[in-house]
Amino acid sequence: MHKATFEQRPKRVALFVTCMVDMLYPGVGIAACELLEKNDIEVIFPEEQTCCGQPAFNAGYRDEARKLARRFLSIFGPLVESGEVDAIVSPSGSCVTMTSHFFEAIFEESQETELSHQAERLASVTFELTEFLVDVLGLVSTGAQLQGKATYHPCCHLYRELGVDEQPRKLLDGVEGLEVVDLPHGDDCCGFGGLFAIKNSGISAAMGRAKARYAEQSGADAIALCDVSCMTHINGILSREGVSCRAHHIAEILNNHLGSTLRPPSQPAPAQADHPRRWGE
Amino acid sequence: MQVDIHAPYKDRVQQALGDPNLRVAVSKATDRMSNARRASMDAIEGQQLRSQVRKMKEHVLSNWPDYLEQLESNLTRNGCTVHWAEGVEDAQAIVKDVALQNSANLVVKSKSMATEEIHLNHALEEAGLRVVETDLGEYIIQLADEPPSHIVAPVIHKRLEEIAEVFQDKLDMPPTREPTKMTSLARAKLRQEFFAAGMGVSGCNFAIAETGTICIVTNEGNGRMVSSMPRVYVVVMGIEKLVPTVEDAYLQLQALCRSATGQQLTVYCSMTSGPRQEGDVDGPEQVHVVLLDNGRSRMLARGYGEALLCIRCGACLNACPVYQEIGGHAYGGTYNGPIGAVTSPALAPEIAQFKELPHATSLCGACREACPVKIDLPRLLLDLRSDLVQQGASPKPEAWGIKSYASLMSSRRMYENLGKMASIGSNLYAGMSGGNIKLLPPPLNGWTAYRDFAPFAPKSFRDWWRDRKKLRRQA
Repeated sequence: MHKATFEQRPKRVALFVTCMVDMLYPGVGIAACELLEKNDIEVIFPEEQTCCGQPAFNAGYRDEARKLARRFLSIFGPLVESGEVDAIVSPSGSCVTMTSHFFEAIFEESQETELSHQAERLASVTFELTEFLVDVLGLVSTGAQLQGKATYHPCCHLYRELGVDEQPRKLLDGVEGLEVVDLPHGDDCCGFGGLFAIKNSGISAAMGRAKARYAEQSGADAIALCDVSCMTHINGILSREGVSCRAHHIAEILNNHLGSTLRPPSQPAPAQADHPRRWGE
Repeated sequence: MQVDIHAPYKDRVQQALGDPNLRVAVSKATDRMSNARRASMDAIEGQQLRSQVRKMKEHVLSNWPDYLEQLESNLTRNGCTVHWAEGVEDAQAIVKDVALQNSANLVVKSKSMATEEIHLNHALEEAGLRVVETDLGEYIIQLADEPPSHIVAPVIHKRLEEIAEVFQDKLDMPPTREPTKMTSLARAKLRQEFFAAGMGVSGCNFAIAETGTICIVTNEGNGRMVSSMPRVYVVVMGIEKLVPTVEDAYLQLQALCRSATGQQLTVYCSMTSGPRQEGDVDGPEQVHVVLLDNGRSRMLARGYGEALLCIRCGACLNACPVYQEIGGHAYGGTYNGPIGAVTSPALAPEIAQFKELPHATSLCGACREACPVKIDLPRLLLDLRSDLVQQGASPKPEAWGIKSYASLMSSRRMYENLGKMASIGSNLYAGMSGGNIKLLPPPLNGWTAYRDFAPFAPKSFRDWWRDRKKLRRQA
């Protein structure tokens, strides 16, 4: 996909915070916002934004996905087209994949040429957070400090659809005091996959447990990643399985949200995992 | 626990997940093959090879009828008999007739997915013939009465111990765990079958249109025996397995060997351009080629033509984290792994016959990364999901749920209210269960069966944003 190059350093961006960050992990949004502001980027948060429609698209409901995609374009489109913002930035590789890859495709499918072109134009100025910090702003470090051992999990959409991998790793390497260790079988999917985690929960969890085993093997206290959806899944598994390491969104690490030292989760996990749990038992 | 390929999808998956040995056997082998593939592709200009093969296969597909005609006329010119088979019954009948006309009571087979597709062994056995699989892996699963669970490594789901048990049970092998002893035994048995067989059957890795040549690759030499020793040789090939020229054949051969096993070249590559000619010292007296459609034209018409570029190397299976967990039998069709999840429904008379398969994937994209033809499998799986919805084949509560979600998310007010309610509710509930939510009602119980769920934030990002704006205004 064609990405815009900026002749001048961007001044203002629209934050596409994503519904999950908004409602479940506001700290990630705050970190993203502050990271941008610290680097002299003015952040605008269009309050009309809700969800990009990926759950509907992922499940095969294209009409419903288009409904939300149209809504997204009507909110972010004018901001970009009027020049009010230079770019759209989001702390999620997955939601950026939806808006910058799949929007164009679903409007092509419905032969809504105008919308598919608009989606394409927006895609060229839409960036995942670490991609924006490194590729556009040229950052090598955010000046964060954290004592401890962390590893990095490349979330599938970010890694394979957007091709963003070096950027978050570079920023993680730039965190003072943080030892970054290798995650065995790192690029294996964690098993989240949206509706897959519910529809095929057994398989999904088995994949998650494999990820948990490798995380344990790595000896890291934290798994850094760029998507809160995968984070929710990995942490849900780690918590259930009684593994002490936790996944954290990279923005919180890069913005010093985790304190000075990585610690095991405050909630001690049960020694023996008693899965599966079923409703009505 | 054995996975019963005929059981309903949910049962198959449960059986697969319930067998810890399965995961060990499958992931060990797939890891090994994946590593070999990567090393082998990295040793050359792997990306360039992938692009070249893709381009070649696309060219074939866009000139499909022409190349098929060219192949047919060159095969005929070479003295082969060409048969066209539209579906399973036609194909079975053709092969059966050839066998019966030639009084071939014993049929030896080289590994072939196309013959699995048409359940050929079963059909021939029903006609009173004896069929022997001669690929070692296929031989083992034939003894164990199971279908293959991997496109190139059919017995990948079994550990050495289990194979030894099969040999002890079926071949009266004295107890041993030594692979060399076991393979020697199989070799001795199979040798006798090759000598006695009246007919050989193989699939086709690719056929060269410009020369009318059938190519099969094997590592055990059984393909060469099957195609040259019996009096009659029958090839069953999917009509997409075409390459235009000899140069293209070399291209595909490279991609196939490197992607399947990480070899530069398989031990044997057997090319047959027709029956024994006068003066030849060996070779079959008759060569029959069955060109099998069995849904392939339908697949193209349905918009899944990209999956017809597949060269059946199995790289996507090896790369797939789902396949590693459940193995091949859980997919319930001839083809398994990511390509099977596309091919089984796309080939079938009705997509909905395999409606679970397009959802048996997290869409991680590891398959596309591994595919030597760069098939966009995640995209095809998403398209299948969409087709299933269009056909009304998705569960009603799910359809209702997604429609409600789309409506709620279409209104900022409803979205914010929903967020507030979820926050209050989940925090109350989480407070009661002490931090994380351990149990949710259906359909979300799928989540909490295996994972905890952190409650919604007490204060959303947008609340923080508004508060900050207010504070800044006041300041």
